[in-house]
Amino acid sequence: MTDTLMPEILPHGPDGVVLRLGLTAREQTVGAVQALRAAIETAAPHGVEEIAGSLTSVYLRFDPARTTRAEVGAAAETIAAAADLAKATLPAAKRRWTIPVVIGGEHGPQFGEMAGAAGLSEAAAREALLAARLRVLAIGFTPGLPYMGLMPKEWDVPRLKEITPNIPRRALVAAVRQLIIFTNPTPTGWRHIGQTAFQGFDVTRDPATALMAGDEIRFEAMTPADLTGLEADNVDGLGGATCEALT
Amino acid sequence: MTLTIHRTGPAAVQDLGRPHRLAEGLSRGGAADRLALLEAAALLGLKTPVAGIEMALMGCEVTTDTATRIALTGATMQASLVGQPVEWNTCLTLAPGEVLKIGAARAGTYGYLVPAGGIQTTPVMGSVAAHLTAGIGRVLEPGDRLPAGKDPHPDAPPMVLKPEPRLTGGAIRLMPGPQTGLFDDDTRARFFATAFTRSRTGNRQGVRLDFDGAPFASGTGALASEIMQAGDVQMTGEGIPYVLLSECQTMGGYPRIGTVIPQDLPRVAQATPGTALTFTELTVEEADALWRPEADLLSTLRRAVQPLRRDPHDIPDLLSYQLIGGVIRGDETEA
Repeated sequence: MTDTLMPEILPHGPDGVVLRLGLTAREQTVGAVQALRAAIETAAPHGVEEIAGSLTSVYLRFDPARTTRAEVGAAAETIAAAADLAKATLPAAKRRWTIPVVIGGEHGPQFGEMAGAAGLSEAAAREALLAARLRVLAIGFTPGLPYMGLMPKEWDVPRLKEITPNIPRRALVAAVRQLIIFTNPTPTGWRHIGQTAFQGFDVTRDPATALMAGDEIRFEAMTPADLTGLEADNVDGLGGATCEALT
Repeated sequence: MTLTIHRTGPAAVQDLGRPHRLAEGLSRGGAADRLALLEAAALLGLKTPVAGIEMALMGCEVTTDTATRIALTGATMQASLVGQPVEWNTCLTLAPGEVLKIGAARAGTYGYLVPAGGIQTTPVMGSVAAHLTAGIGRVLEPGDRLPAGKDPHPDAPPMVLKPEPRLTGGAIRLMPGPQTGLFDDDTRARFFATAFTRSRTGNRQGVRLDFDGAPFASGTGALASEIMQAGDVQMTGEGIPYVLLSECQTMGGYPRIGTVIPQDLPRVAQATPGTALTFTELTVEEADALWRPEADLLSTLRRAVQPLRRDPHDIPDLLSYQLIGGVIRGDETEA
C-alpha cells in the first residue's frame, strides 16, 4: 500500500482536464474524489471556469485564453498533494436534505428483491435505508439526477441484466451501493425500491436543480396516502423534502 | 418585432447554449453547428452572435411585422423570398407582407435562419436555446409568433460569405480523451484506418457511425461513469461508435476513444445519413495549438464577408448559388 494518492491528469477536449482517482467507485476513491473536488472549489486555479465530477474523477474546464493545460495540471497537483487524499474522507456537508419516500409495496416493486440480493430481510433493508446518511456524489446523466451513496457494503448489488422498461419519474432506485431519484420516466437496470414526490430538476423553479454534489441526504418514511397528498400539492416540486444549512 | 412561423419542419430556437452547468447534469446544448451562428452574426455585422431558428433537413416559412435583415447559414436549403430564389450564406431583407420560404436541405443537416436582432423568446437558465432532452423549450409549430430584437442596422447592404466547407463529411480530427488509454493500440489504429459513414440513427444528442468489420472493443466492463461532453466519441457496449453532439448526456459509463476538436464538430453534425467520415489522430499539443476562442473566429468571419453583388462574375460559387437556385419554383414544399 502506498500512503500517497495523486490524481491521474488526463485531457478532455482542448479546454478540459480530468483528474482521475480510480476507474471504479471504491469507498476510498469516492471519499478522495469528494475531498479533491471540495478543495478545488474552495481555491479554483486561475482560469478555471467550471468544476464538475463523477464518483471517480473531477473535471475542470479552463479558458485557454487565460491559462494553459500545464498550469491547470500543476495547480491541481499542488491542491491534491495538500489535500492528502490517501487519508481523505468525505468533506463535511454544507446542507442536509430530508426526503420523504414510500418504501416497497406497489411504489417500490423491486424492494423485496433488492433486500434479498443484499442478504437482508425487508425490515432490515428498510431500517438501513432510513438510517443511511448518504451524500450526493455527483449529479448528471440527465439534469438534476443525483447519484447518492454509498450504502453499506451488502448493498453492492449489480444492476439487473434485464432492463425494466419504464420506471416512473421521482422513483427511488438502487444498485452498486448507490441510490438515484429519477427525474423522468427511465428504462433501467437499477431496482425500483421506492417512490418520492421529489423532482430533482424543474425549469420553472429557481434554482432548477435542487441538489448539489456534497449535500447530505436522509430519507424519511411516508405512506402511499402521504405520497398522494404531496403529489396533489407540489408546487415547488420538492415533494415535502426539507433542506437545512449545516455550519 | 415578431416573426411568425407559418409552416415548419423540425425546427427550434437555438443560441450558443448554457455553458458551465455540467455540475447540474445539464449539457451545454445550443446550435448543433455553432459556426453557423457565428457566420450569421458576421453576415449581419454583429459583434456577438444572436439566437436564430435551427432547421433540421426541412425549412420553414416566416413573415415579419417589421422590416429586418435575416441571415441564412449552415446546411444549404432551397429558399425563396416572394417567389424569387434566395442565395444561401447571405443576408436578405424581409419586409412586412413578404413570405420567406425555406425548403428542403440540398446539402447538410442543420440550416439556420437568424434575424439581425436575434430571437428573443423568454430565456430559461440564461439562454433561449431549446434543449429537448432536458425538457427546456420545444420544437416550433405553425402559428408560433417569435419575439425578435430590432435590427440594429436595417439599411445595411446584403452581404455574402463563403462558408468553411463542412456539409459533406471528410476527415475529422480527434484528440486523445480521458479514456483513450483504455483502448489498446491495435483497436486505436484500426479506428483511424476505418471508413465510417454517418448512420441513419442520429439527432442533437449524437450520431451513430456505421462501418464494416469487428466491433471496437475495450476492456472496461466495470468502468464507473465519468463526465462526457459534445465531441466525445463513445463506444457502446456493442463496440459501435457514437459522436456526441450538443444535447448529449453529461455522464456515461461507456468508454470514449477520443474527442473531436471543436473546429471539426460542425462537420459531424452536418453529415447526412450515408456521408463518409474518417478520423485523423492529433496529439494533445496539436489540438491545443489549434484552439481559438469563438470571439476570434467571429472577428475573422466579419473580415471575410463581402457585399452581395448580382453580377454573376462576383458570385463566389456560380453553380451552387445561381444555376441551381435559379430553377427553384419556390413552391416545391407545397403539399
